[in-house]
Amino acid sequence: MTDSNSKMPAGMAPGLIALGLATAYLVALLGAEKQAVIISLLVLGIGAVVGAAWLGLFDRVSRSFADHEDALGGSAIVAALALAAYFHEDHFVLLLVVTVLLTSVATLGLNVQFGYAGVLNFAGASFFGVGAYTSAVLNAYTSVPHLIVLPIGGVIAALIGSMLLLPVLRTRGHYAAVVTIAFALLFKTFLEVNDVLGGPQGMQVKGMNILGWSFNDNIEAGGITISFYMGYFLLSLALLIAAFVLVRRLERSWIGLNLDALRLDETAASCFGLDITRWKITAFLIGNFLIGIAGALFGMVGGFVGPNNYTFADSLILVSILLLGGIGNPWGLVVATFIVVVVPEKLQTIQEYRFLLYALMVIGVLLFRPEGLLPRPVRRYFPRWRP
Amino acid sequence: MNPLLQARGLMRRFGGVVALDGLDLDVAANEILGLIGPNGSGKTTFFNVVTGIYGADAGTVTFGGADITRAPSRAVYKAGIARTFQRSRLSLPLSIFDNIMIGNHQHLNQGLWFNLMRRKAFKREFEENYAAARALVEVFEPAMADRLFEPVAGLPMIDRRRIEICRALISAPKLLLLDEPSAGMTHEETAELMDDILLVRERNKNLTIIIVEHEMGVIERITDRCVVLNFGRKIADGPYREVAADPQVQEAYLGVA
Ligand SMILES: Nc1ncnc2c1ncn2[C@@H]1O[C@H](COP(=O)(O)OP(=O)(O)OP(=O)(O)O)[C@@H](O)[C@H]1O
Ligand SMILES: [Mg+2]
Repeated sequence: MTDSNSKMPAGMAPGLIALGLATAYLVALLGAEKQAVIISLLVLGIGAVVGAAWLGLFDRVSRSFADHEDALGGSAIVAALALAAYFHEDHFVLLLVVTVLLTSVATLGLNVQFGYAGVLNFAGASFFGVGAYTSAVLNAYTSVPHLIVLPIGGVIAALIGSMLLLPVLRTRGHYAAVVTIAFALLFKTFLEVNDVLGGPQGMQVKGMNILGWSFNDNIEAGGITISFYMGYFLLSLALLIAAFVLVRRLERSWIGLNLDALRLDETAASCFGLDITRWKITAFLIGNFLIGIAGALFGMVGGFVGPNNYTFADSLILVSILLLGGIGNPWGLVVATFIVVVVPEKLQTIQEYRFLLYALMVIGVLLFRPEGLLPRPVRRYFPRWRP
Repeated sequence: MNPLLQARGLMRRFGGVVALDGLDLDVAANEILGLIGPNGSGKTTFFNVVTGIYGADAGTVTFGGADITRAPSRAVYKAGIARTFQRSRLSLPLSIFDNIMIGNHQHLNQGLWFNLMRRKAFKREFEENYAAARALVEVFEPAMADRLFEPVAGLPMIDRRRIEICRALISAPKLLLLDEPSAGMTHEETAELMDDILLVRERNKNLTIIIVEHEMGVIERITDRCVVLNFGRKIADGPYREVAADPQVQEAYLGVA
């Protein structure tokens, strides 16, 4: 069966239909205000997902995406733009969507580290925070152009990460995971006692300003008011697209193969010439770079950073997104990020129980779909290429 | 003529067990050497010490004249030694092609910029390697050549063994170490696999092979010479017919020692 499947190109229709339904559903969910409506929508969504999985529709959708990813990826961008246009006045919804986009960038980074290289990072939120603090400090004390501040945030997160992990990545086992846990716990204390970084009160972050265009002003155009979050939305979307393309190319290269090989069997990999430490560090640097950039932009979006924003618990949420979405599948990660970020925000009644909810979701997925909502397909270096 | 691989006084202990006990062993270029001996006599340990998975407690190994005793695994591979494992060590979730490409690491461009940004050039390299992998697989199992992008996980043992051998051969090594390539296979399958290995060597006369094998029919048929180990020591060395007739060897196999 797999044989005939892999040879017959799937149509674009399943992908387009799924994308359309998902967008319509999101518009309804994001726009809903009454808790009763939101709960009904969520029940409907869960029912639809379970039903679709039951009928095997997911496999058709994912094959459709695999065979037409450029066209469907383009459609996804159009759908995101349409969604933002629909909510152009709504600060709250746009902020939520920006949060999803930037969290997705961070989980793509974690995915390179854990999904490909097998290096667990339990300090994802801390490195995100490193990016945000970079923005706060650079925007306050220097005149570095804000677009340059973003990659600097990424570089600093990567540097700190490599300083922490260089000594332990040579060893086998999960020392790296332990070191990241220690870092996540110490990070908060370090910020609290550090007056230059604002101590327990945290710091204001100046908003993004590109050549005199301040992102923190609403845009008035021809009688309509567009939320100032629109600029951040567009920039975050561009960042996500770039990160997505980067991670996908990485997976479809010899480097992606190296990372898989060393994750699955270090001994065999080194018997075929792989420098294990070099590639683990490369993966960690790339992942932290993405996390740091996303954090730097998110700092500017929120306008504030504090020690309590980026805790160990937030790092665990990032890891749970990875488990939920399907380790190694960028599409799955974006979907899972939507679920994990949007549901508790909309469903005020469960805010307090959100960790319980995450735990239940992760356990449910591990039990019934151990490879995540959208499992990672076998690598095709050029998906449309046929021998 | 200088031997291609030379071990002198090689020692390796595991706690109280002496797995290699002052082993001396020479392998000439272009020969097929059978390495035999009862269970636990140190054959796999020898491969592991040569390929840098285990360190040696004493003694030396040289390859093509260069000392590789303390070389890490990846340097041993770069020097031209590739191996298979007694217990198949493929990466099961990955495709056949991916598994074979793992073996070609040193011939693949590993540059970050090349891999991420120069996709046209990368595609050319990919296509060349696809053709090479396909040609190699065709020697072993033509039916598999059309399925290179299927995961290894669903394949039967004989196909996995074939892929492991392809992974070791794709980089055109000088020395191939085969650790019980026929384990878990039937007589007929084993015979077929050996024919394929001989065919590869027919095309590449420079390939030297050390094969560990329990099936003596195989050893008799394909090896030029045999070395017999017992308790980590060499107890016999010569053509199969000679060592098989050696009373010491017969004793070791009967476990009277
Ligand atoms: N990693 C290890 N730790 C402890 N003891 C080991 C280890 N590897 C091998 N040994 C011991 O060293 C001795 C030689 O083992 P080795 O695997 O080299 O034998 P072998 O000749 O390959 O046997 P077989 O034909 O069963 O594969 C055995 O007594 C074995 O128990
Ligand atoms: Mg053995």
